[in-house]
Amino acid sequence: MIGRLSPNARTASFAALIAVAMTGLGFAAVPLYDLFCRVTGFGGTTQRYDPVAAAAEPEILSQTISVRFDANVSPNLPWKFYPEHPRDTVSVGARDMAIFIAENNSARPVVGTASFNVTPDQAGKYFTKIQCFCFTEQRLEPGQQMRMPVLFFVDPKIMDDPDARDVQEITLSYTFHPVDAVDGGKKAS
Amino acid sequence: MTDIAATAPAHGHGHAHDDHDHDTPGFFVRWFMSTNHKDIGTLYLIFAILAGIIGGALSGMMRLELAEPGVQYLGGWASALGGGADEVAGKHFWNVMITAHGLIMVFFMVMPAMIGGFGNWFVPLMIGAPDMAFPRMNNVSFWLTAVAFVMLVGSMFVPGGSGNGAGTGWTVYAPLSTSGSAGPAVDMAIFSLHLAGAASILGAINFITTIFNMRAPGMTLHKMPLFVWSVLVTAFLLLLALPVLAAAITMLLTDRNFGTTFYDAAGGGDPVLYQHLFWFFGHPEVYIMILPGFGIVSQIISTFSKKPVFGYLGMAYAMVAIGVVGFIVWAHHMFTVGMSVNLKMYFTAATMVIAVPTGIKIFSWIATMWGGSMTFKTPMMWSLGFIFMFTVGGVTGVVLANGGVDTNLHDTYYVVAHFHYVLSLGAVFSLFAGFYYWFPKMSGRMYSELLGQLHFWVFFIGVNVMFFPQHFLGQQGMPRRYPDYAEAYAYWHYISSFGYVIMAAGMVFFFVNILYSLFAGKKAADNPWGEGATTLEWTLSSPPPFHQFNELPRIA
Repeated sequence: MIGRLSPNARTASFAALIAVAMTGLGFAAVPLYDLFCRVTGFGGTTQRYDPVAAAAEPEILSQTISVRFDANVSPNLPWKFYPEHPRDTVSVGARDMAIFIAENNSARPVVGTASFNVTPDQAGKYFTKIQCFCFTEQRLEPGQQMRMPVLFFVDPKIMDDPDARDVQEITLSYTFHPVDAVDGGKKAS
Repeated sequence: MTDIAATAPAHGHGHAHDDHDHDTPGFFVRWFMSTNHKDIGTLYLIFAILAGIIGGALSGMMRLELAEPGVQYLGGWASALGGGADEVAGKHFWNVMITAHGLIMVFFMVMPAMIGGFGNWFVPLMIGAPDMAFPRMNNVSFWLTAVAFVMLVGSMFVPGGSGNGAGTGWTVYAPLSTSGSAGPAVDMAIFSLHLAGAASILGAINFITTIFNMRAPGMTLHKMPLFVWSVLVTAFLLLLALPVLAAAITMLLTDRNFGTTFYDAAGGGDPVLYQHLFWFFGHPEVYIMILPGFGIVSQIISTFSKKPVFGYLGMAYAMVAIGVVGFIVWAHHMFTVGMSVNLKMYFTAATMVIAVPTGIKIFSWIATMWGGSMTFKTPMMWSLGFIFMFTVGGVTGVVLANGGVDTNLHDTYYVVAHFHYVLSLGAVFSLFAGFYYWFPKMSGRMYSELLGQLHFWVFFIGVNVMFFPQHFLGQQGMPRRYPDYAEAYAYWHYISSFGYVIMAAGMVFFFVNILYSLFAGKKAADNPWGEGATTLEWTLSSPPPFHQFNELPRIA
């Protein structure tokens, strides 16, 4: 069909095709960026433990690393949210559990979901969560208090990364957002 | 283009044919339903001048407010425009002014003048084409741009959060532009960008088709004048960059109105994604604004040195290289969002690489002048001013390219000084150069050389007094986008505002010159610039006939 177009129409069609393709790429950037962050730990995106893909239990090294816990609440969420202990010291490669406590201060049930990352950014690739309250939405009844666990380890591969091996302390940060306000929004994972 | 010995067979009797212009339409059809590339080019130039007056007046108001510490005028201006008179509305109006100034100058002054104005006028003439490939689409582009401009100006009078108007900055960063700005103003501004973007994409398709398919016999790609090359590269940049902006701001619009969370962490989105998308468009955009200027300056330097451009192919492919590399350096605008050292090193190095093709261009312009028989007419003065300004801006650009240095200078007046040296002075100087160079061709009358020289010198002094001290302010830590500042910055701010007054005085000569020349200027010869002007537009009458090249010229 393209052969029957006049030369001008053909060139214009190709040019228009480029514009359409770039528009598509603009929207495709959303899932691609998400994928990129997960794979590279960009911006301190943490990793999720996959028992199938993981060949063996990580080796536990003698080096220790300090992990700080940071808890925030979005201004329009009537919750109190804080870590049970602000800091923990773990061996690199060893599993550790941290407890966060959330409390609904309002008179109605509220559903929240947490966004998260770690600093420094280059530790994101190695900070692996086995289980986390942030994988799902959390519902709190009026006045209810909930203890929420995070099970994680720091991947021993961090010691092989020249940019990350001198990291002494990793801060794991959460921010709880109300779900009602973003009805139908994508879940954080 | 080293030597275009054009034989224009249409010239002699073609004239006689065109003189009885049996199909020149009436006023309304000619100017409102125009399909003639020269008329549309004229419309674009008039539009750009009007938009430039509004955008320039906004910068004058900003320099007035910034002349002294404290907030003196903002509340009064805000209430005069129908907003509240309280302090918050006043400071919101400041944000509205910086937003409107940026968007108007980028989308409604520089781009329409460079691409819509000079591109439309001279690309067909220079390649020996009778018109653009799609004349009616050309008309659609212009009127979309005009409507977009009305939308943007209109947004200043409707609620936009803490006052009337969109106060987001030209970058429209989320979350300020989403949850931070309730009301229809930001929606209108986004819609205005959509329309302007669609207009530019249509224009880009038109230019690409025209340049690829409608060159006169013998006008090979490697003989095209450099201005045509520059518009070709610019058209490709538009085609690749603008759709990404359209996608990014469409997602802003749905985040604002339909509850999506592309840029909202609460729903799993990320505001930094917007910054990446914006600057993936935004960096090529700065080359979109400057590349046609490179082309204009190349024509003028060659004309007034009476020599072909030094290193023609190198000049053409330097522009291609700048265009290509321009797409892989965007994150140098966002060094402070949190990036690994490796990423910063990459973007620093890639950014600095652009200095190589840019350097090729600067040195080739100088080499063109070297040993040439130079005359210093007004267009040449503006071109020399362009080279000076662009080099100063380029040097500060290399400074800012360093991720480490930028951490300190990010969002300071140093950045403001940098991009005004390359755009406000670089691009605008090339626009004035082109305007004086082609004014005799477009209007058929000579401009006043005395007024042109006065315009250049007063403007040149004014903008340097205005923007050079802003380097000092930035290094002292004065942040961008603030209406108020500490006493310590008062000295250079005052001098900077004084520079605006000098610049504005220079502009008086420009407007007087236009009026004087249009009504009382000497009749221009077909080629007023002599043997140095070798491109095809100078083989036509001044002004050119309504339809030219009915018989295509042959390029030897």
